[in-house]
Amino acid sequence: MTRRSWWSRPTRSLFTLYLPVAPFVFFALFPLYFMLVTSFKKNAELYNVNATPFFIRQGLTLGHYEMLSKDTMFWSWFANSLIVSIAATVVSVLIGILAAYPLARLRFPGADSFGVAIFITYLVPPSLLFLPLSTVVNRLGLSDTLWALIVTYPTFLVPFCTWLLMGYFRTVPKEIEECAMLDGCNRFQTLLRILLPVAVPGVICAALFAFTLSWNEFLYSLVFVSPAELKTMTVGVFSELIRGDIYYWGGLMAGACIGSLPIVVAYVFFLDYYVSGLTAGAVK
Amino acid sequence: MQLRTVNGEVAKFTSRGEAAARGLSDFIARDTSVAYTFVAPAFFLLLFLVAYPFVLSVWFSVSDARVGETGSFVGLANFERLLGSDIFRQTLKNSLVFTSIALLLKTVFGMALALLLFRVARFKRLIRGAVLLPFIVPTALSTLVWWWMFEPLYSVVNWTLKHLHIVNKDVPWLPDPYLAMFTVILVNTWRGLPFFAITLLAGLVAIPRELYEAAESDGAGPAARFWHVTVPLVKPVLAVVILFSAIFTLADFNIVYILTKGGPMNMTHLFATYSFALGLQSGQIGQGAAVSLFLFPILLGVVFTQLRLVRKSTTYD
Repeated sequence: MTRRSWWSRPTRSLFTLYLPVAPFVFFALFPLYFMLVTSFKKNAELYNVNATPFFIRQGLTLGHYEMLSKDTMFWSWFANSLIVSIAATVVSVLIGILAAYPLARLRFPGADSFGVAIFITYLVPPSLLFLPLSTVVNRLGLSDTLWALIVTYPTFLVPFCTWLLMGYFRTVPKEIEECAMLDGCNRFQTLLRILLPVAVPGVICAALFAFTLSWNEFLYSLVFVSPAELKTMTVGVFSELIRGDIYYWGGLMAGACIGSLPIVVAYVFFLDYYVSGLTAGAVK
Repeated sequence: MQLRTVNGEVAKFTSRGEAAARGLSDFIARDTSVAYTFVAPAFFLLLFLVAYPFVLSVWFSVSDARVGETGSFVGLANFERLLGSDIFRQTLKNSLVFTSIALLLKTVFGMALALLLFRVARFKRLIRGAVLLPFIVPTALSTLVWWWMFEPLYSVVNWTLKHLHIVNKDVPWLPDPYLAMFTVILVNTWRGLPFFAITLLAGLVAIPRELYEAAESDGAGPAARFWHVTVPLVKPVLAVVILFSAIFTLADFNIVYILTKGGPMNMTHLFATYSFALGLQSGQIGQGAAVSLFLFPILLGVVFTQLRLVRKSTTYD
């Protein structure tokens, strides 16, 4: 006790806790801060080797954002990302709800193997299947359309949504459903009127993650869609803003900022859902 | 009369029992068809867009398919050519180095961060939110800022190192093969660390406080409590996180493709980027498919181990 007495409790937690956490927070946030700073910095200062790179000393500029709006198809990419992400999310969450319900609740032949199949596809990385999928997309006549992405994104979103929702459905007591069925509801009605209202947090979580994964997707979008005006945000910023050896770093960072914004906004509002969705796969 | 009544009652009973039994089996039968109807969309999606492409991929890997041509059967020629090629052997080495170092860093620092976050009480949401951010932001876009930070001429990292007099000339981060590998590992760790930290934190929160109190009253110090209470109880979660991350680290495409495109001199190629270069950029779909199929046995191994872990944990419950 005497050893500790000259350390007051707040000082001790400052040194043993907040000081060690600081480098982690710095490591996590610095690149994002630097992205923001670069996007508002004038070219003269940006490419001045002697200027301190961390701050903006010579005035803010919106020039990079203007360049992005006027000289590139940035807002088309933004719209494409939005259309694809919303469509893929809606489709995947609906299919996921339907599939998760019987897997969580009903006994039917093949239930176990289908569960395992869902689990395996949940773990299949897009880089394993992009080559044959591009052939399939081609044969379906969907190459170079946004449909190519709306159709293929559910391949990784549906397993995720199903897996997540199965966990949520299992936490809802069976009894409330049985009551509804005794009152004459069929399975679909009980799912719609009884189970879903209780599992709303799970559905929000699945939708948020599906949207985030679609918005962030890069490989399929890079491979399946090549016309510049149909590209999604992630691919457009990367491939259209680098022309030969000329890098528009200000514009690239401006694009990266706006491209990250919808996800960051969603994240700020729904932090707890993100945390629970992230840990659901591993802990449950 | 009485007997008849009794018989009647009995008869009624059996028929009621039969009806109930029939109702139940009807009910179960109906449930099975309901189950299949509900599962059907997901089933057909996975059949046509996951299982079929997988079969196609296996076919490609044993054929000389090129872009626009179906190709013909060539046996294991693609695999033989790959195993004999220096670039592919380099890709194997790179994958091993990349995955093992990145996983090690994420595990060690992820655990450290989780232990710290567990004790954070003030600004809890703010700090957790900040730490998780790299995982949420689109990787393809955040990797661009890392590229800018390691850019040869205007690198902020070099600027800092020079001003701290740690180095006196620019460090060639991306043009140098070994430093390029270091950089892609760093970025992968930056992106993946939050997943480890937040998931392990959930594992830590789930450990009953009484166990720590019991250990403390038995005279266990902080180190002993960590090794004998925290580690064994967090192990199942840790195993799942590592297995899960192993697949997605090994299969990484975005970071390497954006930062180095597999270069310099193929020293950062992973399965995904090499398969992309072979299959799409030089049109050799057969070879490309063969490269990406090397991910599959590892995927199966992970799935198998994870399912065993899940079963084990449920039997302990």
